[in-house]
Amino acid sequence: MKGLKKIVENSKNVIFGVAAAPGIEIGDAFLYTKEILNINANHTDEPEVAIEHLHEALQQSKKELSKIFDFAKSKMGETRSAIFEAQLMILDDPVLISNIESRIKKEKRFPEFIVNDEISKYQQLMIMSSESYLKERAMDIEDIKNRIIRNLQKKRWASKIVHDVLVVTDNLTPADALLFTKSNVKGYVTDRGGLTSHAAIIARSLDLPAVVGTHNGTELIKTGDKLIIDGFHGIVFVNPEPAQLEYFEDKIRRLALIDDELKELKDEPAITTDGREIKLLANVDVTGEIDMVVTNGAKGIGLFRTEQVIEELGEFPDEEMQTKIYSSLATRIYPDIVTIRAFDIGGDKVKQLHIKEANPFLGLRGIRFLLENLDLFKTQVRSILKASVNKNVYFMIPMVSTLAEIIKTKELILECSNELKAEGIPFDPDMKFGIMVEVPAAAVMAKEYGRPVDFFSIGTNDLIQFLIAVDRGNDFVSDLYQEFHPAVLKTISHIVKEGKQSGVEVSICGEMAADSLAVPLLVGMGLDSLSVSPSAIPSIKRTIRSISYKSSIRLVDECMAMDSIPQIIAKIEKFFKEHNIQRTRNIL
Amino acid sequence: MIETTIKIVNKAGLHTRPAATIVKIASKYKSQFYISKDGLKIDGKSIIGVMTLAAELGSELFLSFNGPDEHEMANEVLDFFNRGFDEQ
Repeated sequence: MKGLKKIVENSKNVIFGVAAAPGIEIGDAFLYTKEILNINANHTDEPEVAIEHLHEALQQSKKELSKIFDFAKSKMGETRSAIFEAQLMILDDPVLISNIESRIKKEKRFPEFIVNDEISKYQQLMIMSSESYLKERAMDIEDIKNRIIRNLQKKRWASKIVHDVLVVTDNLTPADALLFTKSNVKGYVTDRGGLTSHAAIIARSLDLPAVVGTHNGTELIKTGDKLIIDGFHGIVFVNPEPAQLEYFEDKIRRLALIDDELKELKDEPAITTDGREIKLLANVDVTGEIDMVVTNGAKGIGLFRTEQVIEELGEFPDEEMQTKIYSSLATRIYPDIVTIRAFDIGGDKVKQLHIKEANPFLGLRGIRFLLENLDLFKTQVRSILKASVNKNVYFMIPMVSTLAEIIKTKELILECSNELKAEGIPFDPDMKFGIMVEVPAAAVMAKEYGRPVDFFSIGTNDLIQFLIAVDRGNDFVSDLYQEFHPAVLKTISHIVKEGKQSGVEVSICGEMAADSLAVPLLVGMGLDSLSVSPSAIPSIKRTIRSISYKSSIRLVDECMAMDSIPQIIAKIEKFFKEHNIQRTRNIL
Repeated sequence: MIETTIKIVNKAGLHTRPAATIVKIASKYKSQFYISKDGLKIDGKSIIGVMTLAAELGSELFLSFNGPDEHEMANEVLDFFNRGFDEQ
């Protein structure tokens, strides 16, 4: 630590941000920006030449898109790449192209103006539709429109696929992040966002370092700059000096050694020194992460976020597609369990452009959205039931705030079960059903809400945000987001106690579970399982294996009697020291 | 001229992949092919047009085929609709 302080103090090439995903990476920067196009609406005297330009631009666009389409097919398969094929076909659309040509002849305007105007007309139709998937399609069309216009202006396409780089960007949409995971990106630096932004979550789940919320990283870094990203401390070095390089290269070597040691724990149980076993599960965003779950020695999947499937596909998957995805997941992880969470749509996850909510975070999302869209929800419940045939599937619903939501969902599960029975399709009639406890109302009502369900999964990210009334993604107030706030500890302890009285299994799937400092508290509170990013599993397992359940209970009692955050943190740090527990951060 | 009404039987509706297939089928024939829904009439050989149709499960489309090979064209297109876009 001392060494790092010295290196930071003496350098002018350092950028500070939020440490969003652990790890250190040295590599070349790639500045990812979305250009805003200026449309030239001037008139032209030579419409014939303009039409020639149009066809050159269409040809060039076709060349670029064919490459992307091939790449998408190899990475995502034919079905998921349909959108790129459709974009390619638009470049050959006889109606569209002949309209554009005849308007150029008649109006004698620059082709870029006509192209923009014509394609925008279709987009307007899509945006006006009440179908949400059509609104998203309007965004897809935006892509092809911009590509043609850019080629008319003979500009280079900036977002060509890059490999083995550190991506520097203002903010990442989930789709961007997903695209980058397919091109071997080694780390992220973003201007905006906090610990729970998409860039951060995806980086953590893929074991890539990320520093977010740097405010002006994109102004200070150019494509091709050499960068060091320290995701443990939230620091980025631009064009590092030899001393800095040497320091971090040494760190990377030591980190690799620790990693190897931790991997040796892979087949060991997550058990305290006095024999209490904690089920250690993994949170999975993208199906590709399952390999990591297995290598890192998790006992199953504690959270599979199904909304990622929509993001990957670009539209709502039908029953057949969903069944395929969930079944292959369940088969792959068998005999361990997979906990599938219903679509958590709304909030910032999937933009429903036609619904304008002043407070989407408190609006129509999670189970509220699903119960308003029963057809869609039913498709998902049927698919999950079908995937449960080997009895290793748990199903849970997000954003529960009332008992009625639980009852309605149970009725729907029963309805789907009866249908499947009648159709002669096999499934697990005893599939475990649970709820996410992330709304304070559900936390308060843990005993009552626990009666009709089999398990709780505490979603600490939202729970803490709602409890403290703070948006963790908002740089101005994100400091207030504190896992060790006494109110947070009391609430989690209450959920576990009351839930147990109703006989439910209690798990936690928020970021808090991946903070090794929180582990003794969570164990002491009596949680049955912890679900964390695959990359965090080895270090959390090591922490569990070096503490005793008894002393953890005492630690909880002591911390619960305190009323200040620094006091609580100091107490836990002392506990780590007394029990001689190593923390990865400290070694570094 | 052949005119007919058809119901979408595919659960996911007329999404991108079947839209592309319909246009590919239609483009093989010389005849004209139009799809109408809710007052919007689009050319069935135009992908951007077909993509603009909000055709969910259960919605009805009015199709018209006109030209020398209209029978063959109508057969193949209707068959694709009736097969639930090969996705059921």
